[in-house]
Amino acid sequence: MAVKDVEQSSAVKPGDGGKRENPGIYRSRALEASRQAAERWRQQKAASEAKRPFWKEDFTTVSSMEVPHLVTASDVGDLGPEQVNTVPGEFPYTRGIHPTGYRGKLWTMRQFAGFGTAADTNERFKYLLANGQDGLSVAFDLPTLYGYDSDHEMSLGEVGKCGVAIDTLADMEVLFEGIPLDRVSTSMTINSTAPILFAMYLAVAEKQGVDIAKKVTGTLQNDILKEYIAQKEYIFPPRPSMRLITDQFAFAAEKVPRWNTVSVSGYHIREAGSTALQELAFTLRDGMEYVQYGIDAGLDVDAFAPRLSFFFNSHNDFFEEIAKFRAARQIWATVMKERYGAQNPRSLMLRFHTQTAGCSLTAQQPVNNVVRTTVQALAAVLGGTQSLHTNSLDETLALPTEENARTALRTQQILAHESGVINSVDPLGGSFFVEEMTRRMVDGAFDYFREIDGFGGMVEAIEAGFPQKELMEASFRFQMAVEKAEKLVVGVNSFEVEDEDPIDILYIGDDLATTQVASLDGVRQGRDRGAVERTLDALKAGAAGSANTMPLLLDCVRAYCSVGEISDALRDVFGTYEEPAVF
Amino acid sequence: MSERKHRILIAKPGLDGHDRGAKVVARALRDAGYEVIYSGLRQTPEQIATAALQEDVDGVGLSILSGAHNALLPEVVRLLRGEGADDMLVFAGGIIPDKDIAGLKEAGIDEIFLPGTPTGKIVEYLRARL
Repeated sequence: MAVKDVEQSSAVKPGDGGKRENPGIYRSRALEASRQAAERWRQQKAASEAKRPFWKEDFTTVSSMEVPHLVTASDVGDLGPEQVNTVPGEFPYTRGIHPTGYRGKLWTMRQFAGFGTAADTNERFKYLLANGQDGLSVAFDLPTLYGYDSDHEMSLGEVGKCGVAIDTLADMEVLFEGIPLDRVSTSMTINSTAPILFAMYLAVAEKQGVDIAKKVTGTLQNDILKEYIAQKEYIFPPRPSMRLITDQFAFAAEKVPRWNTVSVSGYHIREAGSTALQELAFTLRDGMEYVQYGIDAGLDVDAFAPRLSFFFNSHNDFFEEIAKFRAARQIWATVMKERYGAQNPRSLMLRFHTQTAGCSLTAQQPVNNVVRTTVQALAAVLGGTQSLHTNSLDETLALPTEENARTALRTQQILAHESGVINSVDPLGGSFFVEEMTRRMVDGAFDYFREIDGFGGMVEAIEAGFPQKELMEASFRFQMAVEKAEKLVVGVNSFEVEDEDPIDILYIGDDLATTQVASLDGVRQGRDRGAVERTLDALKAGAAGSANTMPLLLDCVRAYCSVGEISDALRDVFGTYEEPAVF
Repeated sequence: MSERKHRILIAKPGLDGHDRGAKVVARALRDAGYEVIYSGLRQTPEQIATAALQEDVDGVGLSILSGAHNALLPEVVRLLRGEGADDMLVFAGGIIPDKDIAGLKEAGIDEIFLPGTPTGKIVEYLRARL
């Protein structure tokens, strides 16, 4: 999407003499002086450019957004109070949701981990907690994400590879053994099978004797819309998937009030090749769709909206990312108030987790990835994230080794404790350039919202393939820009070295599948067959009707029904989704 | 190039939904003059081999990032060769550890493209091999 250059788009045009009323921070005399200064700069720029032609043509962001060469007070002078005359902790929260920023509480350092069996991952969790990590973040393997048991034909070669293998409650019990669920908050990256894993987590907490209503805290990713757009680990068609989510809204609001039911995720949208603006717009519009479906299901918006959180990517282009995070807060507060009539301030506050951009890392000269990750993490912190995962330098080759995972965590600790960036809230607020970039993000997102509303909503836009096509275009354009060296990637299309020594990586063999399948067999033999059939039948009946599926799922997991069995029961009722194979 | 456009199947074996690379390569090959068929997601080796034979393709490109390559890629070659498709070129791309490359090549994967490979390199490779 082309964005007009600031010199044309500024609402205060040169020559209107500051006569119009200016709600911004700069009074008209100062504005006039700034306008004159900008004019002097334009003249000098022309002369300077003649002598020193620009050394490249493309000074756009990594997302190819036009970047103004200079922004002055006169350019941002007409920004409304919603952007400039606001302080942290005040609507629309552009500058942050807490008045005290990181002085009151640092962001949560939440490194994503999971591989092999539940016992392998339990050991890594304990290692990370012992090294100063505050919360857990679970990566599940693909069969678990996609609702297949470890012994299913489709699971061949995939068990425990990209995350931990969970088949039944027995695995979940091992995963959290010795980890008190009343004291640790857990984020689970799980989507199409999220209600099943949520039920398992609650069942483990019950077994630990934890008061679910008061003590269980954490987040389910549970963002199915972005699966259709980007990550593609969907099972059912969009509409029944949305019903499972609204069931969880209703259930959690009553029974697990401190649980974040959906983490609306732009991370994967960006990894799949979107621009920063597309990530922002599609993610927030997905969030709006969940809110609309919740309202349509008869829920009070303020009963569930405070429990929506967000998950963004932080890529290489420093200021573009900071602007994206600031814009996200401003837009969410505005739409929740104006479009959905939310009253509770907590419904308006956008809280988000950030992960540095895996797709920006290079297999070439992997140590450089530490530098990329640091820049990205700094952008997330200056953007006001509540929680952060920093990628390890080896993640473009494999899951991280323990040593590289520690360096990634240390990167956050250095930012928090040595860099001084936590001392002031939104230190870039009021920067002419950052405010202008924030405005572009806000305007661009609302343009996308109008386009998506034109389809009838996000579900309809996805059914029409709109966001999918936008991503495909953007990722192809980016790849071509790299291949033509219009965008330089250090170590890949510039500054290469010959004959690099390979680095040590974490290698996950295929033998653990045998262990996992044997333990699944053991569970199958030891459980009450009658209870399994009974609870699965009840789930099918409830899913076919209008019962809330969450209590039924809890009964299934307590009877040690497997992820595959429960998913199959729901597949029978809801059917499955297949995307058209277009490119 | 010969009178007939070469046909290439780009396929996603296994469960991983990361299709950015597969789609970028599919499009780059199409732009370079190949007739490209894209399998869609989550294909078993059987489904991929069947599609390759039915479509009578000259080459099969397998994109995999999930770590299941050792289990799935050699099986595609085995099924193709078992059906007499001896010349069908099978190549792969994705996240594949160095230590697995020799084994995959022995199993008949002709070439493996690692992260950071420009699409132009894949086009050059196909021009040389087909």
